Amino acid sequence: MASTGIGVRAYIVTAAVLLVLTGLTIGLAFAPLGPWNTVVALGIAATKGLLIALVFMHLRSGTATTRLTAAAGLFWLAILLAGTLDDVMTRGWLPVPGK
Amino acid sequence: MAARARSVPAEQYDDLEQQHRASTFGMWVFLVTEIMLFGGMFTAYASYRFLYPEGFAEGSRHMDLVIGGVNTGVLIVSSLTVALAIHAAQTGHRRALLGFLGATIVLGLLFMNLKAVEYWHHWQDSLVPGLRFSFEGPLAHQVQLFFLFYFIMTGIHAVHLTIGVSVVAILLILAWRGHFTPESHAPIEVTGLYWHFVDIVWIFLLPLLYLNGLG
Amino acid sequence: MSAVAIAPPPRTYVANGASIWSWLLTEDHKRIAILYVITITLMFFIGGIAATVMRVELLTPEGDLVSSSAYNKLFTVHGVIMVWFFLIPSIPNTLGNFLIPIMIGARDLAFPKLNLASWYIYLFGAAFTLWAVLNGGVDTGWTFYTPYSTQSSTTHVVSTTLGIFILGFSSILTGLNFIVTIHTMRAPGMTWGRLPLFVWSHYATSIILVLATPVLAITLLLVAIERVLRVGIFDPELGGDPLLYQHMFWFYSHPAVYIMILPGMGVVSELIAAFAHKRVFGYSFVAASSIAIAVLGFLVWGHHMFTAGMSVHAALIFSLLSYLVAIPSAIKVFNWTATLYGASITFDTPLLYALGFIGLFVIGGLTGLFLAALAVDVHVQDTYFVVAHFHYIMVGGMVTAYMGGLHYWWPKMTGRMYPELWGKLAALTIFLGFNLTFFPQYIVGYLGMPRRYHVYPPEYQVLNVLSTAGASILAVGYLLPLIYLLWSLRWGKEAGPNPWGAPGLEWQTSSPPPPHNFETTPIVREPPYMYPDRRVVGDPSAHRPQMRDGSHGG
Repeated sequence: MASTGIGVRAYIVTAAVLLVLTGLTIGLAFAPLGPWNTVVALGIAATKGLLIALVFMHLRSGTATTRLTAAAGLFWLAILLAGTLDDVMTRGWLPVPGK
Repeated sequence: MAARARSVPAEQYDDLEQQHRASTFGMWVFLVTEIMLFGGMFTAYASYRFLYPEGFAEGSRHMDLVIGGVNTGVLIVSSLTVALAIHAAQTGHRRALLGFLGATIVLGLLFMNLKAVEYWHHWQDSLVPGLRFSFEGPLAHQVQLFFLFYFIMTGIHAVHLTIGVSVVAILLILAWRGHFTPESHAPIEVTGLYWHFVDIVWIFLLPLLYLNGLG
Repeated sequence: MSAVAIAPPPRTYVANGASIWSWLLTEDHKRIAILYVITITLMFFIGGIAATVMRVELLTPEGDLVSSSAYNKLFTVHGVIMVWFFLIPSIPNTLGNFLIPIMIGARDLAFPKLNLASWYIYLFGAAFTLWAVLNGGVDTGWTFYTPYSTQSSTTHVVSTTLGIFILGFSSILTGLNFIVTIHTMRAPGMTWGRLPLFVWSHYATSIILVLATPVLAITLLLVAIERVLRVGIFDPELGGDPLLYQHMFWFYSHPAVYIMILPGMGVVSELIAAFAHKRVFGYSFVAASSIAIAVLGFLVWGHHMFTAGMSVHAALIFSLLSYLVAIPSAIKVFNWTATLYGASITFDTPLLYALGFIGLFVIGGLTGLFLAALAVDVHVQDTYFVVAHFHYIMVGGMVTAYMGGLHYWWPKMTGRMYPELWGKLAALTIFLGFNLTFFPQYIVGYLGMPRRYHVYPPEYQVLNVLSTAGASILAVGYLLPLIYLLWSLRWGKEAGPNPWGAPGLEWQTSSPPPPHNFETTPIVREPPYMYPDRRVVGDPSAHRPQMRDGSHGG
């Protein structure tokens, strides 16, 4: 089985970074950023997720197919979110009676 | 003897390399289905949070951030132990492999225990929709919706984690019996992918459920 | 020379073990395909019985055969069973299971045990649903719209949705198996550009299966939770949004219709090539169109909700995207037509079905464009116009393709030919019966008759009577193959490895194939559909793939 070339050190460093980011996101949650709280929190979560995917799940050294597969999953989730939220967020925008 | 049996690929495969590629890719495809499963819940949650920002913020303020934060740390460390277990399998270090698989199980069980305590507290505070829910004020319906999503999302996450812990336990037994070699340990790698995915889901649940409305 | 005599391996997958357990615990994709054929045929006839009762009721304007609540249960049962227990698994789990490994030169699918598990999960889901049907039924419509399904209906919503939830896993695992197989198990030389279009369309179908079905799972789970716990996820009184349910439901159910049609399109590509004796015109366009349909199909689900209260902004976007998704389907139709042009065509039964598919699919598809127009949709939504539209595609398209494929590959799967005259007769009966059943429904729907009603104004009766008359002819048309195909198993002419003279790996092995599909792994050296060029005089066997041992196959 091919070694992924990722050493023990990289795993430990990544885990440490993840813990730090967790502390950061919890801390920042108390800052009065208004609507930006959500953006920042999700941004940090996305960063953590990406780290886990690239390092722990070996996507960094993975095949194009695996990376495309992972990306496809996220892309399709984006479609579901976009289509649904488009409706929810734009009700009443256009002046058509009853809508 | 068990190790040698593993070096023959299943009938439909030409060689171990093809089998390994197929099982890894298969797990990735499965994880995509899981992205969509949780994604459906996230979409519904996002819709209601957009419609009811105050109620959802109020709901989040009733979450136990300490348990939430500690549990996040527990899962991150468990992802580390899984990765180290795979590394041990790749390099043929049997004792390390057993140790890290065992640590992963312990951490997974710790998460479940903390979650159970958390659920118990919600029960005591009458914040369990459908079973025991009472909330004063105009935001009651919205808070109830929030807690519905909280229990459904963390509940389904917990089901996935339980399955993960069970599979790792089976891997531990197989590893004890010398089932895995540096050339053939795909089940551990594939289980690792699943475990990391479950961790990633939690990493998004933390800010969405626990870190709203605190600023 | 070994002194020990070793018994030669059984020659065909059918003869490879005769006990019931060798079938029920098989890992052979071909046997699993046959198991599916039996079960989905059963479900087809159960769904068909529901439709029969409905059409008999609709002979008269009054509700005189069944009560309104019984009628609600009938159309729900018809929809649930036909969509999830017949159409979704039909071609993929029967022809797909049987042919995909053979067409790519593999010995089996990537995960044979998972394949068998998929069948048992299917049975488990079917058991739940049939239990509900037999114990009072469900009356919500196959769409389970909230809040009726969650708050008001007193029927077996939970067990039915549970049955579908379980069935969903069978779908997901099938799609997963196909994707991994096509990626990792192709024989040497079988590049993506040499895959038969049947495989391409199943690859596209599998993409939809794995991406869409999980959303259905979570949606139905939420419905069940709401019913069991009496909480209000979609309950307007508690701030819930019924439209949110529809978004999640249709996010799956629209791509689901492409799950249902894409495999049929794959079959049609194979049939057209085989009976025009010509390679498919525009192969890469047809292959790319399959993928395009799979992707674009995910962007249009809102067109089911135009009249449900969705924002106009979203409706405009969904309408535009719905027009786009018609394009790749049209590309396929043009390429099939171009393949037939100038060809020397043999009008055998499978081709009759393929031609029927093209005509009926085009009609059904074009009426989809009517429905995608917002203003028109307001008029015809929830009328029989919609019912006719989707039956033209699902029955006139998909079921027709299934019948065509079943006939075409019947000799390969069973080693027997079906009786050709009866085949043609049944195909013609189905075509005529189908059109008589469903064309009047376009008219009566446009004139205003709503769907899901068993009572209607008397001026619609003539069209309804025509429709029911057509349905009775259609029923005969579907019963005929049931009879003669079963007959052929015992008394049909024995088919050789390649009764159609077609290229393609499945025709290079015996009929029925051996347990591991090929005696030796094939090596592929040339494009698909390599029919001898009529202008070239030469050795016909030069176009058959060469086996590892240097021979050109059996």
